[in-house]
Amino acid sequence: MSAIGHEIVNGHDEHDHHEKGNFLTKYVFSLDHKMIAKQYLITGIIMGIIGGAMSIFFRMQIAWPEESFEVFKWFLGERMAPGGVMKNDAYLALVTMHGTIMVFFVLTAGLSGTFSNLLIPLQIGARDMASGFLNMLSYWMFFISAVLMVSSLFVESGPASSGWTIYPPLSALPQAIPGSGTGMTLWLISMAVFIVSSTMGSLNYVATVINLRTKGMSMTRMPLTVWALFVTAIIGIVSFPVLLSAALLLIFDRSFGTSFFLSDIYLAGEVLHYQGGSPVLFEHLFWFLGHPEVYIVILPAMGITSEVIATNARKPIFGYRAMIASILAIAFLSTIVWGHHMFVSGMNPFLGSVFTFTTLLIAIPSAVKAFNYITTIWRGNLQMNPAMLFCIGFVSTFITGGLTGIILGDSTLDINVHDTYFVIAHFHLVMGISALYGMFAGVYHWFPKMFGRMMNKNLGYIHFWVTAVCAYGVFFPMHFIGMAGLPRRYYSNTAFPLFDEFVEVNVLITVFAIIGGLVQFVFLWNFFSSIFFGKKAPQNPWKSNSLEWTTPVEHIHGNWPGELPVVYRWPYDYSKPGFEEDYAPQNMPMREGEEELQH
Amino acid sequence: MTTLLILAIVILLGIAVWQLTKIFDLTQIGSASDDAASQIANNKDNKINGYLAFGFLGFIYVFTIFCLYEYGSFPLMDMAAAEHGKDVDNLMWISMILIFIVQTLTQALLHYFAFKYHGKEGQKALFFSDNDKLEALWTIIPVIVLSALILYGMYAWNNIMFVNDEEEVIYVEVYAKQFGWDIRYSGQDNTLGKANVRFIEGINVVGVDMADPNAQDDIMAKELLLPKGKKVVLKMRSQDVLHSAYMPHFRAQMNCVPGMITQFAFTPSITTAEFRQDEATIKKVNNINKLRMERSQALIAKGEEALDPYEFDYLLLCNKICGASHYNMQAKIVVVEEAEFNQWLKDQTTLGQQIAAEKAANAPKVEEVVEPVLEEAENTVDAEAIAQVVKK
Repeated sequence: MSAIGHEIVNGHDEHDHHEKGNFLTKYVFSLDHKMIAKQYLITGIIMGIIGGAMSIFFRMQIAWPEESFEVFKWFLGERMAPGGVMKNDAYLALVTMHGTIMVFFVLTAGLSGTFSNLLIPLQIGARDMASGFLNMLSYWMFFISAVLMVSSLFVESGPASSGWTIYPPLSALPQAIPGSGTGMTLWLISMAVFIVSSTMGSLNYVATVINLRTKGMSMTRMPLTVWALFVTAIIGIVSFPVLLSAALLLIFDRSFGTSFFLSDIYLAGEVLHYQGGSPVLFEHLFWFLGHPEVYIVILPAMGITSEVIATNARKPIFGYRAMIASILAIAFLSTIVWGHHMFVSGMNPFLGSVFTFTTLLIAIPSAVKAFNYITTIWRGNLQMNPAMLFCIGFVSTFITGGLTGIILGDSTLDINVHDTYFVIAHFHLVMGISALYGMFAGVYHWFPKMFGRMMNKNLGYIHFWVTAVCAYGVFFPMHFIGMAGLPRRYYSNTAFPLFDEFVEVNVLITVFAIIGGLVQFVFLWNFFSSIFFGKKAPQNPWKSNSLEWTTPVEHIHGNWPGELPVVYRWPYDYSKPGFEEDYAPQNMPMREGEEELQH
Repeated sequence: MTTLLILAIVILLGIAVWQLTKIFDLTQIGSASDDAASQIANNKDNKINGYLAFGFLGFIYVFTIFCLYEYGSFPLMDMAAAEHGKDVDNLMWISMILIFIVQTLTQALLHYFAFKYHGKEGQKALFFSDNDKLEALWTIIPVIVLSALILYGMYAWNNIMFVNDEEEVIYVEVYAKQFGWDIRYSGQDNTLGKANVRFIEGINVVGVDMADPNAQDDIMAKELLLPKGKKVVLKMRSQDVLHSAYMPHFRAQMNCVPGMITQFAFTPSITTAEFRQDEATIKKVNNINKLRMERSQALIAKGEEALDPYEFDYLLLCNKICGASHYNMQAKIVVVEEAEFNQWLKDQTTLGQQIAAEKAANAPKVEEVVEPVLEEAENTVDAEAIAQVVKK
């Protein structure tokens, strides 16, 4: 297979020389995977700033309910915050858009879009993606969907406000909440375009990994990053189209009078004509994507972590085959656990048992991964680069957040903590913060590859430690208020004297959130200033084994100036006995008498 | 204003930190010149960050202890007000303790290793890439532990969710709409009359089909009054969008779905009066009232009204995003002794009587209004179709 890949790619090689390119083909409609990766990253960062700022705003409302803030006047305007006081439907709009933007635009496209594009060709020794054109199209579809999503913030009736899960009937009926008007239409169209983009991207990643591996790069010599990105793409292909169907059916219900998800509704003093549909059907369709989605988010972060931890520990990743097996197990299980979001949705209780069983099974491969990371660190020679710190942080938050999954995945316990702050704490730690850590680790680690310059390590340290403290500060106390029964998505908690005790802790959480938000500016400064003023990077700054570090620092179309590298070993020969250096790149031939490990 | 001040301080702190690193960088320029190596962790960085990792472990522990001390009263893990709650609470405690142990140990290992094995010049990492025994160990241990949890969970779940038909139960309807709750008791016949939103009219707010003989003795209420020691099957409906009837003290929750009837059954085991006398509750209520007093004083100073003192009550909350006022969609649940409940039930006028009374009070007027509405209803929707839907 890799022989075929060789030929296709050599074709590329030839027009390499006259690809001087003008601004438009080089920076905008680029077909080069490295440029597309950067486009994904920067779009993701911009969306991240928008989504992150929203979370600070609604946290301020929870901590100091119905107080007037100058910042609300500047950023939310008269429509959402008249006189600087956030309105209750504006609060829901912010919560909804924060979730949507962070999950889809930052952690799906920003994370796997960036690193699949950057790393798959570079790490498997390919000159570019299987289809450069599809790749470009995928990015621009993503860009259009991001523009649509952001534009929905400015429509008269406000953006979608029915939660990022957009359950009908709330999302289907503008009479039920203003955000279900034009804002929701834009949301649905944006997501449809997003899914088209994501599917094109995923198909491309899968085709590239299968067909374009260089000579010697067998599947069991691939870096775990590529494994993770490859499996992520497969999950995306399997599950995203289901959300597309749900979105289309919802558009039909909203605009063409069908009743797929609606039945027996009396709203605003009149009976609506809908008959025979079921909102539970929508929940099934949504979570059939929605749950795999969290693995689409977390697997790339795991892949990045595997690579960065091994490199910086100067030690082979522990249990390479077990890591692959657990990625595959997680991918398989992820498609049969969606019902644990619906234990109290009114579906047949028998299904509750089934989904409890499959859900708790997922803890096993996850535990294997966590223990393997810890063992990888054990007796290493840890190089504490910022990327490494973010990976240690990843393992830490993944454990803390993952463990509470044992409670939420158990239908019996879910009855009482379902949709409370306990859930917020759980998923933010296990997929939100962890995936963000993975993304940061990736940016710090591969920045020299992307931009040919180094990021400032001291700013990186400040960024990490303040973020780490704030992440725990924000989400750890939420477990407790969740277990005390405080529901999520409440505009304020003042309507219930029972929750008066949480005023103080909500202020504490918000203060941590604000500090944690502000310290991201350190990262932004570091990122953008290093693009222009960072120290020039050497070819292989982290002394890593994988192939991307054998390409020249200056980007060229086709990645390698001459022949493609040939791979002789797995990517984790760090500190192998008998070697002088503590690493042995994949393209270094086996020494005489040296045996390849049967991992 | 204070918040602005806090923000300003935080921003200034940020700037200070940034300036400090700038200075730090400048001092290093001489030694590392324009070398990229200056941005790669050296011995000193490894050491400092190793110590910081260890310090971070301390932070996690201290913060955990702080949270447990300040917020760790776990009001919903003891004294469940429903019989099945004991199983839920047991399982919760087992899971929590397990999680606590695993969290404490794994975080210790992770951060201690990060500290202990921080990079040093000349140190060589151990080439250790595989160990089947170790991996089998940490596959099998989770398998065993999780199997136990799964089995206990399934056992409890089945007990909670599957209601034995032969048991003596009371049927009550919990009806959700933007943004409030209505309660309908099944009356003497213990059968809820058929209902559909298409029958909503006047005081018949939940759309009961008054043609159904079972509907005549149904009783409407705004609060959910329940008898202690008797199994209650709550039948749930929604009028408009998804809601969720969340009754945390009873460890009970179920979504209310338009177009279908969902249910949750439990046996209340502690009356409201008994719950109020519990020591933990008294302490909690006192604390809340103290906080409310403080807030009231602040409000009075501003010229606003003081807050009412708080008395404990079981709550029915909406726990599924349902619209702008989702945060304030609540109802009171009151649990009383069975005799008192039966007496209360007897004292109520039935829906049939209420409607008849209303009709009698303004007979001519009602017909004028009702007739065309009914006709319209018949025209648009086949009455039989409604009946079928209702049957389902």
